[in-house]
Amino acid sequence: MKWVLDNVGTITDATWAHLWLALPAIVISFVVAIPVAWVASRFRRSRFTLLLIAGLIYAIPSLPLFIILPLILGTSVRSLVNVIAALGLYGVALMVRYAADALDAVSPDTVLAATAMGYGPLRRFFGVQLPLAGPALLAGLRVVAVSTVSLVPVSALLGINSLGMLLTDGFQRDIFAEVLAGIVATVVVAVAVDLGLVGLGQLLMPWWRLTMKRSAKRSPVEDKQVVTA
Amino acid sequence: MIEFRNVSKSYDDGTLAVSDLSLTAASHEVTVLVGSSGCGKTTLLRMVNRLVAPTSGQVLIDDVDVADRNAVELRRSIGYVMQNSGLLPHRTTIDNIATVPVLRGTPVKEARRRAMDLMETVGLDTSMARRYPWQLSGGQQQRVGVARGLAADPNILLMDEPFGAVDPIVRADLQRELIRIQAELGKTILFVTHDIAEAIALGDKIVILEKGGKIAQQGTPHEIMAKPKDDFVATFLGLDEERSLHIDGDLVVDPSGRPVGRLA
Repeated sequence: MKWVLDNVGTITDATWAHLWLALPAIVISFVVAIPVAWVASRFRRSRFTLLLIAGLIYAIPSLPLFIILPLILGTSVRSLVNVIAALGLYGVALMVRYAADALDAVSPDTVLAATAMGYGPLRRFFGVQLPLAGPALLAGLRVVAVSTVSLVPVSALLGINSLGMLLTDGFQRDIFAEVLAGIVATVVVAVAVDLGLVGLGQLLMPWWRLTMKRSAKRSPVEDKQVVTA
Repeated sequence: MIEFRNVSKSYDDGTLAVSDLSLTAASHEVTVLVGSSGCGKTTLLRMVNRLVAPTSGQVLIDDVDVADRNAVELRRSIGYVMQNSGLLPHRTTIDNIATVPVLRGTPVKEARRRAMDLMETVGLDTSMARRYPWQLSGGQQQRVGVARGLAADPNILLMDEPFGAVDPIVRADLQRELIRIQAELGKTILFVTHDIAEAIALGDKIVILEKGGKIAQQGTPHEIMAKPKDDFVATFLGLDEERSLHIDGDLVVDPSGRPVGRLA
């Protein structure tokens, strides 16, 4: 505890650095995965191949990827761009499957109705399909976000500042409190990002919030009916 | 006026949904396409707003081939009401009704004001305006569906079994409502149903379709009931031997003596 109090500045810096790596990667994951998932969902034959590639990317061990990626991007191993790109790549690989499933799950009847109303393809996608896939997309993005936040510390092995630095430094200098602080802070960041996403979801999808309220309200009633029956 | 000129539709797996069918639906009238499932009635309806393209033949609206028109513009100019309402679940009642006018560039405020008027036209309490579709009953959802179909004030209204999923009492109510609205607005309505009673209740002209998308008979309800062309039509109308009705006191009974109605 004393170590924590003595090093609040270090921890705060590391937390911001951590977020600064994780958040852009999460945004990239979402933005890149959507069009890929659209192709996978729209063109049936491409689906298997795209999801296979995504699965393979996700299977690459992270440390080698951090080292190989600069050779492809032309950045240095210790550049932030390198780390964000690697995290983003994992995020996209994970998100594509969630997003493809989310888009597939949108009711074809609703899409047909939108077409019949006179929605053009682009407007139909952004105005109907994407919002209706929203809750399932959010569920996937939450997994991606937590996974990204907990993957960031690996970059500390390359000497890039994040909460992972507390882990490597704590191990090297045998300071248990520092290791523990690194772990706890990473979990706190993950939970905070997760809550942030849920809040964002409720803001952007007011109808979804009402649906949740309805199912929450409904279930106790149903339970009661089961009991009385 | 909607004209089907020698239209056929075959799908990749070889099924023939419609074969060489010609038909005219007069302006300001309700033309009902009726038949059991697989007779191509929905396929025909969807050819009008280009949700389905005929394999051969033409569909013309006021002598213009729909294939020559921009599909998106065409759809915005035609009202479409489907079974299970097809409402957008993430939009409130009022925004669902305002969908097409907003797509056509009407300012949202104005479109919503008009949507409020339409809610009254179709017999919906305006307190429902802010509700989402799943907060409405089946009958209310269909009313919203009809209001949405009318919102852009189209000349043509396509209705695909719009009252198929509601209970008989609500259905009868919605049918009466539609007759009232039609008397007021005089749209060219193409209405699809598998329910002959609904066809007779609503149609100025009825087109009975048989499997494979051929016309079995067409005419006014009176013409068809008075002179069914063949056994298929007679059976479909319930005029066959088994259903021949007679009067017993002031009840109408079937051959086994079960009452099916009462004389007025």
